[in-house]
Amino acid sequence: MGLFEETMESIKSLPIRDFLTQAINFGMIVVSALMIYRSLMIITGSESPVVVVLSGSMEPGFARGDILLLHMNKDRIRAGDIVVFKVNRREIPIVHRVIQVHERRDTGVVDVLTKGDNNPGDDRPFYAHRQLWLQQNHIVGRAVGFVPYLGWATILLNENPVIKYILIGTLGCVIIFTKD
Amino acid sequence: MHSFGYRLNTILTAASFILAILCSLASFSDYFNVPTINAHIEVLKVNRFRKQLTGNDEVSLTFNISMDLQSAFTWNTKQVFVFVATEYDTDKNSLNQISLWDHIIQEKKHSKLQTRVTTKYPLIDQGSNLRGKQIQLVLHWYIMPKVGRMIEDKKVMSKFSLPESYT
Repeated sequence: MGLFEETMESIKSLPIRDFLTQAINFGMIVVSALMIYRSLMIITGSESPVVVVLSGSMEPGFARGDILLLHMNKDRIRAGDIVVFKVNRREIPIVHRVIQVHERRDTGVVDVLTKGDNNPGDDRPFYAHRQLWLQQNHIVGRAVGFVPYLGWATILLNENPVIKYILIGTLGCVIIFTKD
Repeated sequence: MHSFGYRLNTILTAASFILAILCSLASFSDYFNVPTINAHIEVLKVNRFRKQLTGNDEVSLTFNISMDLQSAFTWNTKQVFVFVATEYDTDKNSLNQISLWDHIIQEKKHSKLQTRVTTKYPLIDQGSNLRGKQIQLVLHWYIMPKVGRMIEDKKVMSKFSLPESYT
């Protein structure tokens, strides 16, 4: 065995190669998750194609922890649609039903009023100060599909950051250090 | 290779895959149900018709509703949200859609009803265009599934002409 081969052998046996392979695998998992999410964004035309229901305001239709699939197409918003909207001063999107629509004849601008099925009154108290109507730009998407319970994992993780870090840490270690 | 973790992973993956397939099939089976909805709505009287301080017309109505939504229910139906909306156009707006009354039906046995109701939400116009206006009543139903696709549909009901003067 010549000097060259010997050197190559010793490089191959270095743990750095294993480590790099695992790092690439880990990267692949992260990147494919991102790719799936981005593709969904393009297909559905909505900036957040999936939302988790956070409140009971649409009970008994949607409960906390359920997941909604959103779609955003050119169809005009009409009464009865369940829309997800964001008002300027609130970070968290709200999922409620449209109960009034007024579409302007000259400009085509729509004024929309929403209400949660389980709430006694309409959503004006949730809107920005003195805001009476939602417009198209407040609306993130329209709910088209429904999956129960699937969102509980995210709610638990978001409300207990400690669990989140422990879980991410463990998963990371498992992916990096296991050899198949 | 045949460690505990490996087997657990295989079982969980297979179980969630099968569950996803079953859920899709359940939702797909809804395509085979084409509901025929019978309904009738009749306005009985105008309770209140006035111009608000903001200048918008406001109307409160009483109407009779009879409807049979039994055919909308399948094994994948969680609830049917049914509402009566009015539609009309004005000089300013090409479409005004205002929900007047809604109701949640969770069981098929409660889906046939005949009732006399007053408007749950007042009919408020953007402006004062409602005197003598003919409005169209439309029944909408929104089927919310146990899992999968949501289904919405509507049926045009009777027309009603509002009075020429405020009460």
